[in-house]
Amino acid sequence: MKLTDLAKSGKPLLTAEIFPPKGTNLARVLAKAKLLSPAIAAFNITDSQRAVMRLSALAISKVLRDAGYLPIYQLTCRDRNRIALQSDLLGAAALGIENVLLLSGDHPKHGDHPEAKPVFDLDAAHLLDVARGLMAGKDMQGNALDGRPDFCLGAVVNPTAEPMEHQLFMLRKKVMLGAEYFQTQVIYDVAVYRQFLAGVAALKLPAMPLVLPSVLLLKSAKMAERMAQVPGIRIPESVVARMQGAADPLAEGQKICAELIDELLGLAPGAHIMAINCEELIPDILARCKKL
Amino acid sequence: MIITHLKPEEEVARSLDGVRALFIVGCGLCATSCQTGGEKEVSAWTEKLRARGLTVTGSVICDSPCDERLVKRDFAANKAAIAAADALLVLACGVGVQVSADVAEKRAVPALNTSALAKIQRIGVNQEYCRQCGDCVLADTAGICPVTRCAKGLRNGPCGGAHDGKCEVETDRDCAWQLILKRLTPADKERLLALRPPRDHRKQGQKP
Repeated sequence: MKLTDLAKSGKPLLTAEIFPPKGTNLARVLAKAKLLSPAIAAFNITDSQRAVMRLSALAISKVLRDAGYLPIYQLTCRDRNRIALQSDLLGAAALGIENVLLLSGDHPKHGDHPEAKPVFDLDAAHLLDVARGLMAGKDMQGNALDGRPDFCLGAVVNPTAEPMEHQLFMLRKKVMLGAEYFQTQVIYDVAVYRQFLAGVAALKLPAMPLVLPSVLLLKSAKMAERMAQVPGIRIPESVVARMQGAADPLAEGQKICAELIDELLGLAPGAHIMAINCEELIPDILARCKKL
Repeated sequence: MIITHLKPEEEVARSLDGVRALFIVGCGLCATSCQTGGEKEVSAWTEKLRARGLTVTGSVICDSPCDERLVKRDFAANKAAIAAADALLVLACGVGVQVSADVAEKRAVPALNTSALAKIQRIGVNQEYCRQCGDCVLADTAGICPVTRCAKGLRNGPCGGAHDGKCEVETDRDCAWQLILKRLTPADKERLLALRPPRDHRKQGQKP
């Protein structure tokens, strides 16, 4: 099922992230999917996120699909040249994966293999165009394919990056290249997200893409302080202060997360929920949301 | 300018296994500007090698060790000293090392690492500006190279990770795409909405 079709049901569309393991043990991945389903409609499988080497996202996508879950296969340009990227996209299609999220990827410099060659033969814009080409039955060289993929193409956008105008430019470009849905960078400032949506509306795109804002559970005051330093993330001082003043910071983090989801669901058709290594708390967070 | 850095002395010494006599080659162009292969560095290496009990048969600062014609001329003027050496120690970029080895038909040991084609801001401070991709895009990008100055070499616009205008990867460097989009006129920006094609990697190092 394509994410864009799923969104048509009218119910808030919730997605969550699943990190492939560093190793071959799939028990945790399957346990997480079981715990979060069916509240979470689709699982984003990250591609060695933060440039930390992990088991293949394509393999996990297939495993989850076989287990009856809906995977969103993330594919980055960081580790593969155009031959490998096309090859993996065809592989994903042949394995029955319909939702892909295409991104440039984090630079290896800050990952766990900093000496690795940063490939970036293509960028995220190219990759969207390439995927669209494959869907039309042609590879990048115009060679005909025997059997073509039918993907719902996803991309990323950062509504809180400054200046916002540049991100709106990229969103517009990616839509023109076939992106049907977007997953955003983590949102803590709903006012900024509202401004971003106004900016998107002002682009007067022929068709509005599905945009799922991301929320990330704050687990401690320290994490909130650290997030404030992360490039491209804006977190209001009031949120940091709430975490710093809380007697039980994890509980406060869950409360903030639920409030954010509620506020964002007033603006968006769904949300992407992240709770790095605390996914078992997501059902509790969702239970606190008034809009669900 | 081709940027070079001095290799650690011990690393160079390890490459001199079995060598007793050396001829030193410096560079009158880039490595002189980088203060890695000019008069001062050639004399310093002469002293270092002698202190290690090695013979230095002579030295020359080539006007341009990347130009085979000039290297042939400079080596001809130092024929006897080069013939007496087991190897050359070259204080130049990788091109200079290879040209020296070709012309002298001798083992050439690099004393420098070559890192970039860059702008020099001041001594020791430089910024890579060109990757020699063979397919210059500067006309479309306001004279700022995204292939080189964007850490991911993105050709179609910014990634969204910049913080206060700085690159998320090289945090002391300006985000190339922020600079580009700031400098472009609205009409040029509209043109940039069209997909910039991926690089043709055959063009790098290719003859025109």
